[in-house]
Amino acid sequence: MAVNSSKAKQQAVLAFADGSFLLGHGFGSHLTRDNPAVGEVVFNTSLYGYQEILTDPSYAGQLMTFTAPHIGNVGCNEEDNESDSVHTEGLICRELSPIVSNFRGTESLEQYLVARNKMGISGVDTRFITTMLRDKGAQMGAIAFGDAGIVDTLVDRARAAGSMEGKDYVKAVACKESYSWNSGAWDLGQGYQTFTEERLSSRPHVVAIDCGIKRNILRLLVQAGFRVSVMPAGVTAEQITQARPDALFLSNGPGDPATLDYVVKPVSELLGRFPIFGICLGHQILGRVLGGKTYKLKFGHRGGNHPVMHLPTGKIDITVQNHGFAVHADKLSHGAIVSHINLNDQTVEGLEVPSARAFSVQYHPESSPGPHDAIHLFTKFYEMVVTGHDRVSA
Amino acid sequence: MPKRTDIKSILVIGSGPIVIGQACEFDYSGTQAIKALKEEGYRVILVNSNPATIMTDPELADATYIEPIIPEIVEKIIAKERPDALLPTMGGQTALNCALELDELGILAKYEVELIGAKTEAIKTAEDRDLFRKAMDEIGLESAKSVLVRTQADAEDAAKTLGFPLVLRPSRTLGGTGGGIVQDRSELATKVAIALRASPNHEVLIEECLLGWKEIELEVMRDLKDNVVIICGIENLDPMGVHTGDSITVAPIQTLTDKEYQILRDASIRVMRRIGVDTGGSNVQFAMNPKDGRVIIIEMNPRVSRSSALASKATGFPIAKIAAKLAVGYSLDEVANDITKKTPACFEPSIDYVVVKIPRFNFEKFPFADTTLGTQMKSVGEAMAFGRTFTEALHKAVNSMELDLPGFTGAKFVSGLGKAELLKESNRPSPRRLLIVAEALRSGISVAELSNATGIDRWFLTHINTVIETEKELESGAVTIEKDGLYLKRLGFSDIRLATLTNQTQAAVAEKLLASKVVPAFKAVDTCAAEFMAETPYLYSTYEAGSDAPTTTRKKIMILGSGPNRIGQGIEFDYCCVHAVQALRAAGFETIMVNCNPETVSTDYDTADRLYFEPLTLEHVMSIVRREKPEGVIVQYGGQTPLKLSAGLHALGVPIIGTSVESIDIAEDRDRFSALIEQIGLKQPPGKTARNQTEALAAAKMLGYPLLIRPSFVLGGRAMRILCSDEELIEYLSESVLMSNDRPVLLDRYLENSIEVDVDVVSDGEQTLICGVMEHVERAGIHSGDSYCTLPPQTLSKKVVTEIRAAAELLAEKLNVRGLMNTQFAVTPDQQVYVLEVNPRASRTVPFVSKATGTPWAKVGALVMAGASLKSLGVTEPKDCAHVSVKGVVFPFAKFSGVDTILGPEMKSTGEVMGVDNSFARAFLKAQSAAGVQIPKSGTVLLTVNDRDKAELEPIAKQFIAAGFTLLATTGCAAALNAKGIPVQAINKVRDGSPHIVDYLGEGKIDIVINTPEGVGASMDSRSIRVVATELKVPLYTTMAAAAAAAKAATLGGIGKLEVKSIQEHLQQQLANLGPRSATSQSSAFLAGNAKCHIA
Ligand SMILES: Nc1ncnc2c1ncn2[C@@H]1O[C@H](COP(=O)(O)OP(=O)(O)O)[C@@H](O)[C@H]1O
Ligand SMILES: Nc1ncnc2c1ncn2[C@@H]1O[C@H](COP(=O)(O)OP(=O)(O)O)[C@@H](O)[C@H]1O
Ligand SMILES: [Mg+2]
Ligand SMILES: [Mg+2]
Repeated sequence: MAVNSSKAKQQAVLAFADGSFLLGHGFGSHLTRDNPAVGEVVFNTSLYGYQEILTDPSYAGQLMTFTAPHIGNVGCNEEDNESDSVHTEGLICRELSPIVSNFRGTESLEQYLVARNKMGISGVDTRFITTMLRDKGAQMGAIAFGDAGIVDTLVDRARAAGSMEGKDYVKAVACKESYSWNSGAWDLGQGYQTFTEERLSSRPHVVAIDCGIKRNILRLLVQAGFRVSVMPAGVTAEQITQARPDALFLSNGPGDPATLDYVVKPVSELLGRFPIFGICLGHQILGRVLGGKTYKLKFGHRGGNHPVMHLPTGKIDITVQNHGFAVHADKLSHGAIVSHINLNDQTVEGLEVPSARAFSVQYHPESSPGPHDAIHLFTKFYEMVVTGHDRVSA
Repeated sequence: MPKRTDIKSILVIGSGPIVIGQACEFDYSGTQAIKALKEEGYRVILVNSNPATIMTDPELADATYIEPIIPEIVEKIIAKERPDALLPTMGGQTALNCALELDELGILAKYEVELIGAKTEAIKTAEDRDLFRKAMDEIGLESAKSVLVRTQADAEDAAKTLGFPLVLRPSRTLGGTGGGIVQDRSELATKVAIALRASPNHEVLIEECLLGWKEIELEVMRDLKDNVVIICGIENLDPMGVHTGDSITVAPIQTLTDKEYQILRDASIRVMRRIGVDTGGSNVQFAMNPKDGRVIIIEMNPRVSRSSALASKATGFPIAKIAAKLAVGYSLDEVANDITKKTPACFEPSIDYVVVKIPRFNFEKFPFADTTLGTQMKSVGEAMAFGRTFTEALHKAVNSMELDLPGFTGAKFVSGLGKAELLKESNRPSPRRLLIVAEALRSGISVAELSNATGIDRWFLTHINTVIETEKELESGAVTIEKDGLYLKRLGFSDIRLATLTNQTQAAVAEKLLASKVVPAFKAVDTCAAEFMAETPYLYSTYEAGSDAPTTTRKKIMILGSGPNRIGQGIEFDYCCVHAVQALRAAGFETIMVNCNPETVSTDYDTADRLYFEPLTLEHVMSIVRREKPEGVIVQYGGQTPLKLSAGLHALGVPIIGTSVESIDIAEDRDRFSALIEQIGLKQPPGKTARNQTEALAAAKMLGYPLLIRPSFVLGGRAMRILCSDEELIEYLSESVLMSNDRPVLLDRYLENSIEVDVDVVSDGEQTLICGVMEHVERAGIHSGDSYCTLPPQTLSKKVVTEIRAAAELLAEKLNVRGLMNTQFAVTPDQQVYVLEVNPRASRTVPFVSKATGTPWAKVGALVMAGASLKSLGVTEPKDCAHVSVKGVVFPFAKFSGVDTILGPEMKSTGEVMGVDNSFARAFLKAQSAAGVQIPKSGTVLLTVNDRDKAELEPIAKQFIAAGFTLLATTGCAAALNAKGIPVQAINKVRDGSPHIVDYLGEGKIDIVINTPEGVGASMDSRSIRVVATELKVPLYTTMAAAAAAAKAATLGGIGKLEVKSIQEHLQQQLANLGPRSATSQSSAFLAGNAKCHIA
């Protein structure tokens, strides 16, 4: 792939709701002042896995700042998609790689974005942005191709976007139809193993409520021993029971959990009838089901290096995180306990409801991208389902 | 888990002298560890033979033993101090091996000392290549196909099964010593022989060669709760086949997807658990096939290492400090992250910049050495640089190398190579490969072609190519500084490079950039990519919108460091810089450290108030000065590096404190210096300056041979030779130096058979104190850095010493020295005292003198530079001390097989040790042992010396006989001795045919070799003796003076007979001698109390 000399690059603008802006180089789909990429500007400190991050539906409505300066080095490939499209509204980085250098890379990040009608801006001081978000808190922003002349338009667009609070992006990203999932974990050289119907038929059946689920969660559920059906957020308790599940899974997803009564409701009705496992947004849903409140963090947790302690054992996992909201855990019903906390800021990272065989974590045990430390939770869920009680703790 | 209360005292083993593969990174790690352990209230006992270390400063450990790191001695220390535990993971291979031996000898059991940090089992499994491979098999990690051999025959068979090329990896050696790549069967026998010899347990693993695979390292930490975190992933730019220590390395890893990275992460965690490193840091190395991602494990080091120091500096995460805390029972979540203070150490650093490490080599000093890089480490130091992009960091790293490389260009390295040669040369790993690669791209060779040839990833080459293309655009004018200044600086171009490419002055470029507001921003290294607020200002420059760590308005002093270690400029200078920082900090200044050497204590984030990790070039230093506006800048402590900058800084109005730039110039400028010497009535060897061959020959005629020649402005006697004839002179001029009008050569009459003396002084302008007078063991003509020396002097008459002291004081006065000054004298056989040179700066000997006299002279000097008077500080001249201190030196010859070991005026040693005891002989024996030369209790001594030296043979021979040795000698010497009635057996020179000396050496029939070369051009004959003796580690003496000292030492009946004593004990005695008043006055604490500084 050709080296694109930086001078040839086209100008682009990143503007914030507070009126501040940065000039950089645009790449990907040629969005202009009339149709800029608008969203909450957030930062992710992962050093690897930009493709997985871009395709994670939880990032809907957000502009992603990568703190790692070189992005695009390894290009993109089929295997590393976490969904069928790029849900991040746009991406912000310091340096876009001029070439793809990896044996698995099949196309450049730029080509990949063009094909998905998304844009990015490079050449901006991502550390400056990160520091600003850290100090002032999350902010809306907008990016588009163009010069300083378009700043005002972009600022207006950013302001018009309001705040993440009260926003429901789940409807936009969740599947419309139910479907079943049959592929397992990834192996170097092997790729993803697909499981045949008869191999799966005898297995315990988990229904995953899709609020914007990452594929690796589905893969690891299969890998753990489940038969997996996915149902769109909004399904009723009846529809779920009709599917005759042995267990219920609550997926990750974008937006403000406070807006998701239509997910909270069926889960409340089913709590106690089936074992439940929730991840990220799914954890916040369970939190609400248990009577907890959710609140917006100043700038959220996004990265692959967050230490989380399992309180009962003191065991620590280095976890992958991606959330802007968290659960207040005071006075939870059903004898629920806080099982995990984040060692950086002591926020709630996990809930356990022994009485109802339900548990959830705020972080991402499925990783992809990130450390595999917490993968054991999928086995824990499986054990819980087959043995009828929570055997392995942690 | 809380810290352990069942252990009270801990013995820490240091890494000893600086050698290739083990440099000051272990002083950095050890110092951190000791601080951490003291913080926790443990009694810390330290043994380290290297006096030029911060860790051996008396105020750090509770009991500090500057003694040889050998089981015999360490057992004495254990017996005396009875530590509860031993921490072996801070002193590199030296400490690990010593700990293993202590354990195997049952000493640890006998004295109930527990190994903490790593258990014997773990160390063995990790260090023994065969056990390691088996362990890896168990956890399903693939190793390179290999066969363990103990004999030549085994090796032959192994070669048949594995095929060529293959790799030899001796067990338990440091930096791959003795190992290497065998291209074809013709090389097999010899290389296997060397490898077997190098391995302490005579084991060599023969391995399939993974040439061209990616090499990747992970730095891992684990605690007793089995929490494991990865601190840093490092990708080698040079693929497998080049030792990581010799590779250009990059963090973070640039060319892996998350899935591939996680494979390595999971693997290294499994390795930690299987090897059983239950606490602390380890380094795990992988090879990855770039075509399919297949992973092979290379090795793991169950201890802090060069890489962990690098990872610490690259991320801000203090691996050694945390490792020490884990070793005493804490878990990662119980230790705070020093940089953010708020968050725990239990996390994985994220970085928002690129770090590049570049190795520094010194091949030019070893003419016969093979410059091809391989699996055995050959670099002597390294520089590291930060940038927001790879090209920026790589540019800055190259600028940091102290090779006057303004960019990816170096006419003197690559000139005159055609396309074909360039391609061929870039295929051969060598110190200049980066420049060759750049030149190849310049010549139009494509990235793809080059990547295939070198195995260097296309990603790296493409970025280098971007720079090359931009250079062309600059030359063509398509890109201009006015228009594209920011773009150019973001690519990392130095101002000098831009100046050359657009042929204008550096100043002009700087102005233009300033005019278009292209100025550097300063970003913090904070372990967390700015997610949390950083409390420690650890900074680097880049070209961005925003800066971190705003400056303060405190009184500031900036200290310029010494850059990458290289022969002639090593850890001693970092020691001085650190002391300056400590003293000035204590005196209330805000200290600002600037350096680019990741191995050092000076670049630890909590050494200075503010740390700038930057190249030591005029450009980079100036941008820091502009930002910080210090009241004073110290150029005297970083060796020649900052001294070279002083004129430029001065010209730009930078307040340089201490000795004036004017005085520095007088001392450095030959003619001005001679004038001064004459004017103040001192003697200097007659000398002349020559700018061309005719002048040189004329000078030679006038001075007469033998004479000593060298280029001006060099450190460590670079390219310095003793010449005996016009032929040699002409040859020298044609080969060794590029002579020019502004780089003349200096010729001096060579003072034969003279005793050399080193003197360090400190002066405040009012008063001058002699810190120490050191008598060299070897004669003048052998570089001061290469000769053993003793404090106090042993053979000099009172009169001569007084004369020397007076001369030193006079020089300090006339040069208006403020701070430290070093000067070297030669005392001729007829007791004439000549001045050899004056260094108007802290010298290599300052740490040694400070340790020997118990006064922190570098601190005194720093306070004086900051305006304090010696009187107010209350420092006094050390009285004669009760003990004798001997400085010993270590050489890297073993790393360059075939290289001659004769010493001369060009410095070749990499490090130093110190031996302290109550007599010269004892101290010398200790110094030798510490330097790795174990003088046997008895055995056979071979004598073969040149005619001039035969006269001095008798007393030496007699002493050896008295000590119970038997003598062998070549015909001439044998005759000389028999004539004196001394029993000696004659033996053949090599040229006289077998059985000859080398045969005997091979058969282990010779235990000590005394060989002084005939004339200057030593014959190949005697050379083979020295080479083999060195390879076989047989004590070898190439000067009569050293031989005499060895003979004395040999009469002591072995080092086992000597006592050990901590320097704290030595100093107490010392201070007692000084009397109550001054007793306190020498301590660092007292200095701080008295420091009334005001910068004029
Ligand atoms: N099988 C191999 N093929 C090619 N190069 C190798 C092989 N094994 C090791 N090397 C090279 O040799 C270097 C030193 O090997 P290593 O096991 O790390 O020894 P050391 O203990 O000296 O670090 C490595 O950095 C790597 O570049
Ligand atoms: N005129 C001389 N006669 C004999 N030896 C000399 C003479 N000049 C220098 N030397 C030797 O050369 C060594 C290096 O010279 P020096 O001037 O100290 O250079 P450097 O700056 O490298 O220390 C000295 O340590 C000394 O042993
Ligand atoms: Mg290694
Ligand atoms: Mg000298």
